[in-house]
Amino acid sequence: MTKPIRAAKRMGDPGGLLGLFAIAYLLFLYIPVLFLPVFSFNDSIFVAFPLKGFTTKWYEQAFADDDMLRALTASLQVGAVASIVATILGLLGAKAVTRYQMPGQSLVTGTIMLPLFIPEIILGIALLILINALSIPLSLFSIAIGHIMLCTPFAMAVLTSRLDGFDKSLEEASMDLGETPWMTFWRVTFPLVLPGIVSSMLLSFIVSFDEFLLSFFLQGQQPTLPVFIWSQLRFPNKLPSVLALGAVILIVSCLLVVLAEWVRQLGTDERKVGVA
Amino acid sequence: MADNIIRIENVTKQFAGGVKAVDNANFNIERGEFFSLLGPSGCGKTTLLRMIAGFEFPTNGEIYIDGQPSALIPSYKRPTNMVFQSYAIFPHLNVFDNIAYGLRKDRLSNRELTRRVNEALEMIKLTGFGSRRGDQLSGGQRQRVALARALIKRPKVLLLDEPLGALDKKLREEMQIELRQLQREVGITFVFVTHDQEEALSMSDRIAVMGKGVVLQIAGPKDLYEAPNSVEVASFIGNINLIDATVRAINGGEATLEGPGFGQFKAPAIDGLKAGQKITAAIRPEKLSLTASRPSGTHVEGTIKASAYLGDRSHFHVHIKGRETPLSVAAQNVDRAMTTGFDPARAVYVSWDPRSLILLKS
Repeated sequence: MTKPIRAAKRMGDPGGLLGLFAIAYLLFLYIPVLFLPVFSFNDSIFVAFPLKGFTTKWYEQAFADDDMLRALTASLQVGAVASIVATILGLLGAKAVTRYQMPGQSLVTGTIMLPLFIPEIILGIALLILINALSIPLSLFSIAIGHIMLCTPFAMAVLTSRLDGFDKSLEEASMDLGETPWMTFWRVTFPLVLPGIVSSMLLSFIVSFDEFLLSFFLQGQQPTLPVFIWSQLRFPNKLPSVLALGAVILIVSCLLVVLAEWVRQLGTDERKVGVA
Repeated sequence: MADNIIRIENVTKQFAGGVKAVDNANFNIERGEFFSLLGPSGCGKTTLLRMIAGFEFPTNGEIYIDGQPSALIPSYKRPTNMVFQSYAIFPHLNVFDNIAYGLRKDRLSNRELTRRVNEALEMIKLTGFGSRRGDQLSGGQRQRVALARALIKRPKVLLLDEPLGALDKKLREEMQIELRQLQREVGITFVFVTHDQEEALSMSDRIAVMGKGVVLQIAGPKDLYEAPNSVEVASFIGNINLIDATVRAINGGEATLEGPGFGQFKAPAIDGLKAGQKITAAIRPEKLSLTASRPSGTHVEGTIKASAYLGDRSHFHVHIKGRETPLSVAAQNVDRAMTTGFDPARAVYVSWDPRSLILLKS
């Protein structure tokens, strides 16, 4: 607690106000989220203070639920497909905008990034109309299409920064030494972009795994996990096990984000040295 | 006809936006020579090199490599290899794999591959460095690896894009000598891009000086320095004093000129000179001498405006009455007395041998 205050003092903030502000800010951000794990271990069906006692039965209950497990499997499947396809599309797009000059380049980039800025509910309705018009049955497949659309801008952003940062003459050197553009991609570009690809896949996976609105609009018989959780909220006695599930998802998501960032950083350091 | 390994014919490169990076270049590079492309940044020298390498394609014209029309052939099908300015050492591969990179297609046996890479490592004096990664090497070592990686392909032409630019002065001078030696040993044609005129002068058999996309002059180092063909070349290669003059008379091989501050003076005539013509006379600072007493030959009177002592030589700026820019004079400090006596504001005489003057049409 005192460390940020001391640091703030060193930075010419004698009252430590900046430090206090930083701490208050972090509390504001994370206290609501922390209620999730706290109540998931509370031995009471009511989500209210005071806490009654420690139990893990909500976790047991959550993971014994077949519907829940099916929804989890569905989410993992959709997440895997969405992250792989979005990363491939993102890589192609990133390669195009970083390596070639073409007319309307910023328009193309803007269009790819647009799903990030369109309200998801609008995107969801629009996609629903389109998919109905094309008579594609609503299913995990239609959810995956929506997720790919949503994940591609993230993948593209991660991979563009990765490709932008690496010395173009490395690819030229490979072609100069007799390799075709295709072999150059496999022998030079791919290994150097690999950390970006891993990081893009992890990030896309999380975006897909946590996504609710698009899945809700585009679902068929089988819901994804967030949609399933939402449907469980109607039953008050299911709430604690939903909290348990939520806590698990929270922790796994955090770990994945940290992992994705770590992999990305790992690559950056290596690259910096490689180019200098 | 000379044995030309590269023929550049009417080559023009125009980038989107209309800028002509290279404007109608025409010249030949002989087999086995050390050829430099010299010019300030943005003069088109790198674009020209990249067109020879196959990274850029000319808008117009043809490039022949060993007799083959090659202007539109991609880089991976050309018998040229390049040393990049950034060296472009593959960061995910070690030194051995970097050097072996271009040999994969040759389907050599493991033993042959190892033998050739080790031979290359020996050539660049990095025996035993095979397992190091690129980031564990110094600038000079990385440069050698880039060199070995390109030379192991036994190219017909080696292209070098400012390969010494990133090295410090002392290392750069060492590498200049080493590169020149290496070029003689392997006998491969080197095409070397640099903006450093001293580097170009000391290493090259011939130099093409470029400015604003145009090849201004192609000549050996000595001719380029002693007989530049234009004001641009003269002022880019070394220092030179320029004197705006009018031709008064031509007498056989000798022209009589008149210029502000100089009165009438003589210089070797050039072709197509006419009386009354405006022309620029040029003379190198080291071809002017400074004396305290009036010399017998051609001279002007002036005052010292500034001086700089550089150890082996001294530089003086001498103001001449009637002339705006001071004359730049370089004197070798051949004896210790030379270093004294030429204080600022002192009246001096600047003299020269009329044969040292160069006439340049503007």
